[in-house]
Amino acid sequence: MHIVVCTKQTPDSAAKLTVDAAGNVSWGDSPIVINPWDEYAVEEALLIKERLGGNARVTVISMGPEAALEALKHAIAMGADEGIRIWDPIFEGSDTLATSYVLAKAIEKMGDVDLVLFGKSAIDSQTGQIPVEVAYRLGFSPLTYVIKIAELDPAGKTIIAERLLEQGRQVVKAPLPAVVGTIKGINEPRYPSFMGIRKATRAQYPVWSATDIGADPAKVGAAGSGVRWTRIFSPPTREGKAEIIQAETVEETVRILVDKLMAEKVI
Amino acid sequence: MSNDIFVWIEQFNGQVAGPSWEAIGAARTLSQTLGGQVCACIFGQGVEALAKDAIAYGADKVFLADDPTLADFRLEPYTALMAELARQHQPALILMGATARGRDLGPAVAVDLETGCVADCTALEFQDGQLVATRPIYAGKLLCTCTVPERRPAVFTLRSRAFPKPEPDPSRTGEIIQVAPILKEEDIPSKVTGFQETVGGVNLADAAIIVSGGRGVGGPEGFEPIRELARTLKAAVGASRAAVDAGWIPYEHQVGQTGKTVSPDLYIACGISGAIQHQAGMRTSKVIVAINKDPEAPIFQLARYGIVGDLFKYVPALAEELKKRLGA
Ligand SMILES: Cc1cc2nc3c(=O)[nH]c(=O)nc-3n(C[C@H](O)[C@H](O)[C@H](O)COP(=O)(O)OP(=O)(O)OC[C@H]3O[C@@H](n4cnc5c(N)ncnc54)[C@H](O)[C@@H]3O)c2cc1C
Ligand SMILES: Cc1cc2nc3c(=O)[nH]c(=O)nc-3n(C[C@H](O)[C@H](O)[C@H](O)COP(=O)(O)OP(=O)(O)OC[C@H]3O[C@@H](n4cnc5c(N)ncnc54)[C@H](O)[C@@H]3O)c2cc1C
Repeated sequence: MHIVVCTKQTPDSAAKLTVDAAGNVSWGDSPIVINPWDEYAVEEALLIKERLGGNARVTVISMGPEAALEALKHAIAMGADEGIRIWDPIFEGSDTLATSYVLAKAIEKMGDVDLVLFGKSAIDSQTGQIPVEVAYRLGFSPLTYVIKIAELDPAGKTIIAERLLEQGRQVVKAPLPAVVGTIKGINEPRYPSFMGIRKATRAQYPVWSATDIGADPAKVGAAGSGVRWTRIFSPPTREGKAEIIQAETVEETVRILVDKLMAEKVI
Repeated sequence: MSNDIFVWIEQFNGQVAGPSWEAIGAARTLSQTLGGQVCACIFGQGVEALAKDAIAYGADKVFLADDPTLADFRLEPYTALMAELARQHQPALILMGATARGRDLGPAVAVDLETGCVADCTALEFQDGQLVATRPIYAGKLLCTCTVPERRPAVFTLRSRAFPKPEPDPSRTGEIIQVAPILKEEDIPSKVTGFQETVGGVNLADAAIIVSGGRGVGGPEGFEPIRELARTLKAAVGASRAAVDAGWIPYEHQVGQTGKTVSPDLYIACGISGAIQHQAGMRTSKVIVAINKDPEAPIFQLARYGIVGDLFKYVPALAEELKKRLGA
């Protein structure tokens, strides 16, 4: 069984972000890390491999510049087998339409992929659109918001997944190959081991270009994109400090609070 | 290309998801500039009755597909039909709620039509003839604006409760057009084999009021006063990750960067410190109330009203007071 995990790098979730007038975002000396949601995808791939008695291969891929290596390295350190970076200067400015095209072309090139795992969204631009788009392009079963893989039968080529929707859990049976978008709660991601970190440092990370994956230059980068992002800015700040309500008694305090909430027309 | 706007009306068991009506409202506003019609797309089984509702909420036209293959939302048949309708009628825009299903359908339709999909918009506005969408990024720490400059139709998914829900007007009239599905059951590989509805299931994203508990509630039984207050207010129950990780309440209730993003009219945080990752999920709430015994807790920076004290005293007292005042 060949499992692919798609991942990208992001600033650390605790980073203090600033944005200048030109819309350039910076995160001070906070590190660039693997997109935190993707750790669930890597962990799930490793759990499946373990369940199959090692009878599976886990390849992690990322479309991105040099910095994308951080995400690949973390996945290898956790236990993935191989990391491939997909990059070409003509990929610059890709929206999800173009990014999903590149990822789908890379997966197609591999030819033998049974399962493609994703995190729910990337914590920076957070569209959450890539998994379903890759599935739709490849014609793989589109299983997003998966909180549990209840059954995986590589021989029968089927998967049963539980998906968390607003109203509850939907159980879906679908054929392989499939795309699985993981969410928190599906597992508890492991920490990289010392041996894993050494392996990740020494590993080779091949780079596949547009030509390598047979991508049509008209379908990648800004030219191949539908969406343009035009401005990045800080949200208006909140008033500052709460109005603290404090009266003689508990009853009086909550009475004042209820008065205020009624005046605000929120209850 | 026409100047029409398509809106996908999402339904589950005949219940329409809140953001669908909000999207109809947004479409009505945009059509004042664009000049075209607002067309609701309703897919499902036994959903004819919803067509009249869509017209009352603001649709001029309804494309209604009623068929067993469309009973459950599945990506393959829904995308095929939506994309085909768009090819036939060439709308300028397609809008839908940024719900779990909408965030699957919108981008898949965009791929099918080779166009752009802007995710999770909180505002839409025409500037120099171009529709400009605002959307949160970096867990709401920043905002950005996006456009789909050339390709049509342009697809936008709208965050729940970011756009006002219109008042239905039963006297409005419109045209209902029956359409047939594109795929047959044997062409749809995914089969829905079960559904387990969330118990006590107020959906957090749709809730007008949320009462949330954190580590300060001290244990699973500590959620009882939180639930009681929520019942009084007909509110949904939220939680911090600390409470979820401790196993006091299921993950479905978690609010924050790795949980749900919510934007209710009123968010009452009880025993929650207000870590940046929690704020990421609730900072756009209209009014935030914090009940916390630590006056230095960061939640008080974000809240409009605060009570410094023991939640086990104030939460039950608040529920009592509300019962009196709301006659519940
Ligand atoms: C400010 C800003 C706003 C944007 N808004 C939009 C928009 O509204 N619509 C749009 O179509 N595009 C948009 N983009 C472009 C989009 O961010 C890129 O296409 C990006 O590669 C996808 O990131 P995401 O955060 O949307 O991924 P998500 O869809 O949120 O990520 C889901 C999963 O896909 C994986 N993944 C994402 N990108 C890659 C990659 N390059 N390689 C491997 N795996 C990946 C993630 O690691 C994660 O597991 C925006 C970009 C910026 C900078
Ligand atoms: C990558 C990442 C993602 C994360 N995602 C999320 C997320 O999605 N959602 C989330 O919530 N967190 C998330 N976190 C965790 C977050 O950083 C905090 O640890 C968490 O929000 C703390 O929860 P808390 O406020 O309930 O607990 P604490 O920070 O421990 O606060 C408990 C509060 O309760 C108060 N208190 C105690 N007893 C009482 C009482 N009797 N009456 C009144 N007040 C009392 C205390 O004064 C304190 O302020 C994430 C962290 C990381 C690193």
